[in-house]
Amino acid sequence: MSDGNQPPANLKVVGTRPIRPDGVDKVTGRAQFGADFHLPGMLTGRIKRSPHAHARIVKIDVSAAEKLPGVKAIVTGAEFDVGAGGDIEAGEHAAAMKDVADNCLANGKVFYKGHAVAAVAATSPEIAAEAVDLIEVAYEVLPHVVDVDAAMAPGAPVLHEDMFTKGVMPKPAKASNVAQKHVMGRGDVAGAFAAADVVVEGRYTTAAVHQGYIEPHACVAAWGADGQSTIWCSSQGQFLVRAMTARILNLPLSDIKVIPAEIGGGFGGKTTVYLEPVALALSRKCGRPVKLVMSREEVFLASGPTSGSSMDIRLAATKDGKLTAAEMTLRYQAGAFAGSPVNLGCMTAFACYDVEHLALVGYDVVSNRPKVAAYRAPGAPMAAFAVECAIDDLARKLNIDPIDLRIRNAVKDGAKTVYGATVRHSAFVETLEAVKAHPHYKAKLGPGQARGVAAGFWFNIGGESSAAVHVDEDGGATVVSSNPDIGGSRASMAMMAAETLGLPIERVRCTVADTTSIGFSGSTGGSRVTFATGMAVVEAAQKVVADLKRRAAQTWECDVAHVDWKDGVATCLDPSKDVKPLSLKALAGKSARTGGPIAAEVSLNAQGAAAGYGVHVCDLEIDPETGRTTILRYTAAQDVGRAIHPAYVEGQLQGGAAQGVGWALNEEYVYNAKGLLDNASFLDYRMPVASDLPMIDTILVEAKPNPRHPYGAKGVGEVPIVPSLAAVANAVSAIVGRRMTSLPLSPAKVLAATRAS
Amino acid sequence: MARVVSISSRFRDLTGGLDGLDVDARSVRELVRMLEARFPGLGALVEGEMALAIDGEIHQDALMEPLGPHSEVVLIPRISGG
Repeated sequence: MSDGNQPPANLKVVGTRPIRPDGVDKVTGRAQFGADFHLPGMLTGRIKRSPHAHARIVKIDVSAAEKLPGVKAIVTGAEFDVGAGGDIEAGEHAAAMKDVADNCLANGKVFYKGHAVAAVAATSPEIAAEAVDLIEVAYEVLPHVVDVDAAMAPGAPVLHEDMFTKGVMPKPAKASNVAQKHVMGRGDVAGAFAAADVVVEGRYTTAAVHQGYIEPHACVAAWGADGQSTIWCSSQGQFLVRAMTARILNLPLSDIKVIPAEIGGGFGGKTTVYLEPVALALSRKCGRPVKLVMSREEVFLASGPTSGSSMDIRLAATKDGKLTAAEMTLRYQAGAFAGSPVNLGCMTAFACYDVEHLALVGYDVVSNRPKVAAYRAPGAPMAAFAVECAIDDLARKLNIDPIDLRIRNAVKDGAKTVYGATVRHSAFVETLEAVKAHPHYKAKLGPGQARGVAAGFWFNIGGESSAAVHVDEDGGATVVSSNPDIGGSRASMAMMAAETLGLPIERVRCTVADTTSIGFSGSTGGSRVTFATGMAVVEAAQKVVADLKRRAAQTWECDVAHVDWKDGVATCLDPSKDVKPLSLKALAGKSARTGGPIAAEVSLNAQGAAAGYGVHVCDLEIDPETGRTTILRYTAAQDVGRAIHPAYVEGQLQGGAAQGVGWALNEEYVYNAKGLLDNASFLDYRMPVASDLPMIDTILVEAKPNPRHPYGAKGVGEVPIVPSLAAVANAVSAIVGRRMTSLPLSPAKVLAATRAS
Repeated sequence: MARVVSISSRFRDLTGGLDGLDVDARSVRELVRMLEARFPGLGALVEGEMALAIDGEIHQDALMEPLGPHSEVVLIPRISGG
């Protein structure tokens, strides 16, 4: 593991922009996604879902459906056996397996419209659909609650009779919808507020939004007569799917093989299971492969959005703009089961700023919505929305440039975060300065236009990863990765291997292995793959180089210490030897005579991930007649350590910003008075499309490569969604003439605020 | 003596309201053992559900990590992502 050293200079592959290896397959339709897989004798699965927001299941009668010709299996939650339950690390937190199982197929109660109740496998989609209609479920409808504040109010319908708020002493005597209270802070907050020159405050809300991946959840499961099963699916982690499915069906891990399909977007939403245990339970019951594919409506109804939130914030500062204290209360929707990312919201809220006195309280609140799933920097964008809007208010109140105010308060290396880590290798100040120096920030605005600025933070993580490097007999190499490629990891893995081996990138290919073909890995999430799996790839490539040097020394009959490796060629440094250099190709061609195949596999638990910081600038205008907001210009800057493949990194920044713009302006789950979701389609759930956005400019700040990674990489995928909500909201507020505190800033809401101003 | 502090309210629940304590441990494994002995359930919580910021750097699943005589260990929720 690299530790304490600056990454090497004079890189030949890292930092270049080779053509993406999966590009041709994806644009020609050859790529195999979850729904593309077929097996002989395969059945079609369908899910029976709840029509109610909250109800007790009195009876499930499948007798009529079972009699329908072509129906081969029907399962309910009774098929699941999670035993003692327990947690599995997933997405934004450890997933409670009993809750995951109950979310896949309800057990006694349904908690939201679309909650799965039963599943059918049949010989055709039409028969499966008819059988679903024939399943009769008797419900006792219960009062519902969907709003986070309403769910916390006294007298709210309680979803789980056994939920007693954790983090409160003494343990509450009554069950409630507050799963957990998080408290963190430091210093003398009350004293600092009493001494403050200026105080700003506000109450902010954000709507629940979906990750919006293009590819719906899909899988094929095949139970073998010998009990050995195979699952083909689209996910962010084949090992996670295996672990969760095995736990829910009480099977040994070794009896399940999960083969990762190409993935059409995840953004955190594919770090859990919805279909795989159901499909395997159906297949186990009838002995035939079963395919389950969600419709778009099902994706919206029953797969995780991220939390909606309500937040209260107060900031205290001196008259020259030094933040002295902050207090914040965050209330996040968890959906039907506990586990919102509110603790991460608390931890990240003030991570960009050096504030001496802090008090944060977070509430994890269940309500009659689908269980939330991770979404890009889970928990951070909502908190940053409130914090960065409040900072903007402070800048206006003190008449200080918003970038200057942030520079004045920015964390620097050595500062202590509220969650306990010391800031290291941070380039937040450099990122702010890069934005200030950028032509965008200096450009004049036209009449009726405004500019918003905001910053954001994400931890980035390391964790368990495995990778292998195999040298081919003709001198090329294959990298075997343990992580599904969502954001370009096949390219970055191949590039780091090529750099280490001294090969041109065209001679290195990367493949993603199934659960039986490579060591364990955590999921593709947390902005960890380039860092952690990349570290495993580099270490495997270094082992290969060491082996190649040993074979060269053996060939030359010299000490291995006298063998130099550069640009894929071994050179003998022993002056007593009159030998020609040996290329990797030459050594690979004779591998059988020097010890056999040349390959190495490394499994590790990567530590030392470095956090990332982003700063966004957004120019926009608002149609005074309709309230429609048009983004005119957008620049996203980020502290990226070192960009392994800059074009992919730029794509991450652009994608995160685009999703944040949607979150800020249009996206929301709309519920009716019965607690039923009314907009479960892309027609009614408005995500930004290409014509809604300008080309998003990017600034990659490479001032502080991470010395704990061989090539200086920091995670980059999550930071860029964090600042965007407030960057947009700050610009909208400037035009409207009042602080806009509730997302989304839909045309109707903006128009009403404009008229009220 | 390593100084163990936490931002977790569950830490306070299990320690009877403490924000921090000193533990004479030379590794995370030893720390977990000692925490469990003093406050039943705390060691399991740390091992199963917490990450550690050891002298400022975040570690997850860091049982083998050594602790210095004056190490600061901050117990924080595990961090993952999307």
